[in-house]
Amino acid sequence: MSGALLECKGLDKRFGGVLALAEVGFNINRGEIYGLIGPNGAGKTTLFNALTGIYAYDSGGFSFAGETLAGLRPDQIAARGIARTFQNIRLFGNLSALDNVMIGRHVRTRAGVFGAILRTRATREEEAAIEKRALELLEYVGIAARANDVARQLPYGDQRRLEIARALATEPKLLALDEPAAGMNATETLELRKLLERVRADGTTILLIEHDMKLVMGLCDRVLVLDYGRSIAEGPPREVQSDPRVIEAYLGGAVAGAAA
Amino acid sequence: MRAGLRQMNILSPARAKWLGVALIALTLIGLPFALSSVGTAWVRIANLAILFTFLALGLNIVVGFAGLLDLGYIAFYAVGAYAYALLASPHFDLHLPFWVILPIGALVACLFGVLLGAPTLKLRGDYLAIVTLGFGEIVRIFLNNLSQPVNITNGPQGISRIDPFSFGSFSFSQNETIVGLAFSGPIKYYYILLALLLLAIVVNLRLQHSRIGRAWEAIREDEVAARAMGIDTTRIKLLAFAMGASFGGIAGGMFAAIQSFISPESFVLVESIMVLSMVVLGGMGNVWGVVLGAVLLSFVPELLRYTVEPLQQSLFGRSIIEPEVIRMLLFGMALVLMMLYRPAGLLPSAVRKRELTKPQGREA
Amino acid sequence: MDIFLQQIINGLTLGSVYAVVALGYTMVYGIIQLINFAHGELVMIGAMVAFSVIGALAGTQLPPVLIVLAGILVAVPVCMAVGYTMERIAYRPLRGAPRLAPLITAIGISIILQHVALLVWSRNPLAFPQIIPLVSFNVGGAIITGVQIAIILTSLLMMVGLTLMVYRTKLGIAMRATSQNPQVAGLMGIDIDRIIAFTFIVGAGLAAVAGVMVGTYYGIAHYSMGSLLGMKAFSAAVLGGIGNLAGAMLGGILLGVVEALGAGYIGDLTNNVFGSNYQDVFAFLMLIAVLVFRPSGLLGERVGDRA
Repeated sequence: MSGALLECKGLDKRFGGVLALAEVGFNINRGEIYGLIGPNGAGKTTLFNALTGIYAYDSGGFSFAGETLAGLRPDQIAARGIARTFQNIRLFGNLSALDNVMIGRHVRTRAGVFGAILRTRATREEEAAIEKRALELLEYVGIAARANDVARQLPYGDQRRLEIARALATEPKLLALDEPAAGMNATETLELRKLLERVRADGTTILLIEHDMKLVMGLCDRVLVLDYGRSIAEGPPREVQSDPRVIEAYLGGAVAGAAA
Repeated sequence: MRAGLRQMNILSPARAKWLGVALIALTLIGLPFALSSVGTAWVRIANLAILFTFLALGLNIVVGFAGLLDLGYIAFYAVGAYAYALLASPHFDLHLPFWVILPIGALVACLFGVLLGAPTLKLRGDYLAIVTLGFGEIVRIFLNNLSQPVNITNGPQGISRIDPFSFGSFSFSQNETIVGLAFSGPIKYYYILLALLLLAIVVNLRLQHSRIGRAWEAIREDEVAARAMGIDTTRIKLLAFAMGASFGGIAGGMFAAIQSFISPESFVLVESIMVLSMVVLGGMGNVWGVVLGAVLLSFVPELLRYTVEPLQQSLFGRSIIEPEVIRMLLFGMALVLMMLYRPAGLLPSAVRKRELTKPQGREA
Repeated sequence: MDIFLQQIINGLTLGSVYAVVALGYTMVYGIIQLINFAHGELVMIGAMVAFSVIGALAGTQLPPVLIVLAGILVAVPVCMAVGYTMERIAYRPLRGAPRLAPLITAIGISIILQHVALLVWSRNPLAFPQIIPLVSFNVGGAIITGVQIAIILTSLLMMVGLTLMVYRTKLGIAMRATSQNPQVAGLMGIDIDRIIAFTFIVGAGLAAVAGVMVGTYYGIAHYSMGSLLGMKAFSAAVLGGIGNLAGAMLGGILLGVVEALGAGYIGDLTNNVFGSNYQDVFAFLMLIAVLVFRPSGLLGERVGDRA
């Protein structure tokens, strides 16, 4: 498994007169954990929204597994194999954890109105498979005991895990995580790190936005640093960490602190 | 606690459930004979109540499951009714059998639903509300005016002498004695309607607990997240809209056959509001709630007619407030009060209750 | 008689009424993103109240202008009170609730108002008493009546007044701030509840005047006149770009003219297959067309859900 899974070239995104992303380009290889870091407002989430089809961009674009993503809707992009989580957690809050993950199976299953009404054998089998897979995924992220709890009432860390399970349910080739460790304590972060390593080991490439430098440095193979919508450095964490531009423009003492 | 209650019961829960179902079934089967001993009018009322319950279950797919506000739902009912009337009446001298026309009516109504929904469902939900409201009015205007230059709808006079349901020589409009029981026309229709209603309930329940039903829930909860999970929201919403429209089309066909006369007056905005009130009162998204709401709102006006009118006569010697006005005031108040105090309805669905009673963001 | 010019004049008259009503929709939508379905009923109530007053005063020897003015002066506060109550009872408790909830209460309120009006004024329409002498002027082959001139001028006056209020006064600034971002406006010390209530009151006042105008124009007012008018005015607001004041004015006038021209020419254009009884269809068809081709309206920003 090698070669670029996702290529991004010359991506520009404007909001009115503000250039939120300027000439951003990078490649993510298969099987990699690729970090995206930068100070608040650097354009990380904007990049995510452009990648997943929520925002249209002005020029440049993505190619994923050899196909362009230009002009695709979010659901089509999910169908191609990119799943995401949200910075501010967007679960289906009033549904059970299990239902959340089962909805994630939507794009990989087929039963339509007639199948549902007639309850054909194919539909029943598919439904059973959806539930089975959803339970497996809850187990996989470690919240199987919470399957029937209402998503909104889960503890914060479990909500993050549930969002990952829901994203994994779409069978992504690329899992894009927007600050998955935000608000987690050290133990939870450690567990998250183990989970993400397992996801990668099981063959899913990961794109990660994260502020927790320790997590980024320990987990990512390569990182891209954004500042004011421009990429200012890219490479293995150790190299980026010592890049004077990065230290000056963004991190200051934080990287040094994380390295120590 | 629930388990404890079950154990205290002498009957096993499964048996108790079946006993309950059997009792309800027997009551429903016997009901028309009991009603006709009071007066045939009551059988007709029961028939209309079932028809409206069917209609409410159709709207439930749109409003309850998919969370789309359709204010012109009666237009689809009208389309179905006119489709039936035009294809089975002396008006064009066409007399197709009902089992051909009902699907045609459903299909035509569905087509209208798609044509109306396709451009608007991409936009925010409130646009759909106003567009459907307008659509309802437009359909009525066309029904009233399409008598010239070619007489299609016969204008405000409506279409009469519509064929009843029939299999060969067995007509649903005649009285008949079968195994010693007198079956009047309305009683025969009652059983057909009841069967249709059961079908509608099954369809609702199965849709709700299916891949499509979950997708509707997802859209209602968070459209952006639903899309990110690969749900084609426009298509799935359109599906709900088209399903609801088809239900309306079938109900309209039934209505035309039972009444044997239809005119644009039966398809006014008020009727849309009534069906919506049934769904809201009973509990959006909960099939049994919707059934309850529909039955309540179907019978309450009749009760009003038989109580308020005589009461006013005896108190004041004349009728001060028409029952029709009271009915409408009740609908209006039901909509407002339910939303304010019990937004998930009398029999709420668990998910809908959580959605509607916990306002997000700032405190109410 | 020049049909084209005549229809333009008729269209401008009705269009300026639509514009005034559309302002009410667009203001409320701009500030709390709610389609106030009951707004049309405020127009109706305005017309009914004013007609009752005018009818009562018709026998006196007061000058007609004064009588109409008295009608307006009573109708406006009544409508404002109804508008305020409506916001207070049916919308404010639902702020922050899912979108469907206030839409449904709005429908409920609309039904209630309509039938309360039916109880108060009965099913029979109120007629405008014959107090205004018919004055008309000939303009290039078309006729414009005194009433039409009065309607157009009054509408213009209200539009200018509203614009000045929104852009020149402190209250207006607070309104615009609230519509931009209620949370931030609240943090800046703006009493959001007050501003929203005020928006409803202003909209209701405009609706009352619009009711008097449209009633006077047709010479008739009845309990169910509000819903169709409301729907048309809403279409006008969408046409101009919902949430945008100038858009509502432009949309209203445009809709009036299109409708009048449509009604005037549809017979000729379709070989009399369709007659002017299809007039009410235009607003709706235009609404659909706008939503399909330019959902943001002529002057509005992009509508669509925010990510």
